[in-house]
Amino acid sequence: MSQTQFLFSGFGGQGILFAGKFLAYKGLMEDRQVSWLPSYGPEMRGGTASCSVILSDEPVGSPIVTRPDVLVAMNLPSLDKYEDAVAPGGIIFADSTLIERKVNRTDVTTYYIPATKLAGDNGIPTLANMIIVGKLLAVLGEYKTEAIETTLGKVISARKAAMLEANYKALQIGADFE
Amino acid sequence: MAEKVLMKGNEAIAEAAICAGCRHYFGYPITPQTEIAAYMAKKMPKIGGCFLQAESEVAAINMVYGVAATGKRVMTSSSSPGISLKAEGLSYMAGADLPALIVNVQRGGPGLGGIQPSQSDYFQATRGGGHGDYRMLVLAPASVQEMASLTVKGFDLADKYRMTAMILADGTMGQMMEPVSLEFPEAEKVEKPWATTGTDMARPHNIVNSLFLQPDELERVNFERYERYAYIEANETMYEEYLMEDAEICVAAFGIASRVAKNAINEARKQGIKVGMIRPITLWPFPVAPFAAAADKVKSFISVELSMGQMIEDIKLATSCKKPVTLCNRAGGIIPSPEQVLEAIQNAAKNGGAE
Repeated sequence: MSQTQFLFSGFGGQGILFAGKFLAYKGLMEDRQVSWLPSYGPEMRGGTASCSVILSDEPVGSPIVTRPDVLVAMNLPSLDKYEDAVAPGGIIFADSTLIERKVNRTDVTTYYIPATKLAGDNGIPTLANMIIVGKLLAVLGEYKTEAIETTLGKVISARKAAMLEANYKALQIGADFE
Repeated sequence: MAEKVLMKGNEAIAEAAICAGCRHYFGYPITPQTEIAAYMAKKMPKIGGCFLQAESEVAAINMVYGVAATGKRVMTSSSSPGISLKAEGLSYMAGADLPALIVNVQRGGPGLGGIQPSQSDYFQATRGGGHGDYRMLVLAPASVQEMASLTVKGFDLADKYRMTAMILADGTMGQMMEPVSLEFPEAEKVEKPWATTGTDMARPHNIVNSLFLQPDELERVNFERYERYAYIEANETMYEEYLMEDAEICVAAFGIASRVAKNAINEARKQGIKVGMIRPITLWPFPVAPFAAAADKVKSFISVELSMGQMIEDIKLATSCKKPVTLCNRAGGIIPSPEQVLEAIQNAAKNGGAE
């Protein structure tokens, strides 16, 4: 039985919910049990967004992630808020363009990715979120081209087909980042 | 098997309603259920349906009354404060024996309260909500798939028994996404000879009304209605039992609370505690039988609720207070954690079931 709990967090507008949705859809494409739960309400109106994603081989119980195995923190308030919640042995992905400090925990693995800068440098300034997802998939050994293409086709509506290529590029930049 | 798609609970309700043949939606926006109205606004015009954002909740429910009287499938949705505004209309619809689907994606109360998830409208839903002697069918989904399938079921039951059916969800169920299959069993076609569809000069007028000034007549329709309710109580309860075979402690929870409870139960089982769960799917009719049966086997019950304790009263009634029932709850828009539920289970185990 395997289950991974993800928490994505950042500013509203960074594509936090979309990043989570992409991961959930990828799980669905692979016939796994998935849930996706966004923050809504006062939290969001304060300018921060987060979402819980669970990928599992068993039916998902509570969809609320309080002890993430994987934390994606795209700004400092997110890291401050959720760093201590990460499960021991867990993984943190931090956007090091926006988070200047290091992670304090010593019992987790951290990847610092200057995602916002990489996105800007590569002409896809709105896709820092997907750069981090690319890295996340690579680290978890889940970067599989075919599954990624199918999933992008599902989460990006035909109307926005132009975004397909850009998202794919972002994922690749993330996966290739050392 | 139909392809599964990832959908928000609110969207799943809207799409399922359309699949069930609902072509009339009247509502007024309120968090956390606005996606239902948004989905309907987008879809209804494309399929020859009617989406109308009314000037208020009171107007919306009376539009529902009007369409229901013509025999068409119709729905409205809201969240807690909006449902209170609709309560008058719900009572009138009960008095006129009109079928419709009502969705309540609950938020914390009372008053304007907050916008985070809650289950504190249990009393309002299961006791009718408006004035007078009446019931609503109350269905409590615990997954996005059930948000869809119970919506279809709700329409079918409402038509079959000529009464309103309510989907009692909460903010989490409305906002979360899970895979959902939108393939539903074909429902029995229900004839509606009472509907006001025009006489064509070929039959007497049908009258849809809730006014009965003669007490004898009003008493008669009330008694008849309660015969129907008794039949529903005997035939339409739905529930899920989880690990109840050897359970010594019985958790009771519905909707999102049951999802949290399941995590806690799995953890408690690992610690050797014999605990199971009864999850009511129909809150009215309440699944009395499984609780009554459990009362002879288990040592105690724990009601897990996002309220100050409302379903707990139905558990005490269903079990005739044979065994202690304790409450494990959060309120105001906060969801109990699996750890809190686990602690309640551990305490019950330590005390041999008694408080």
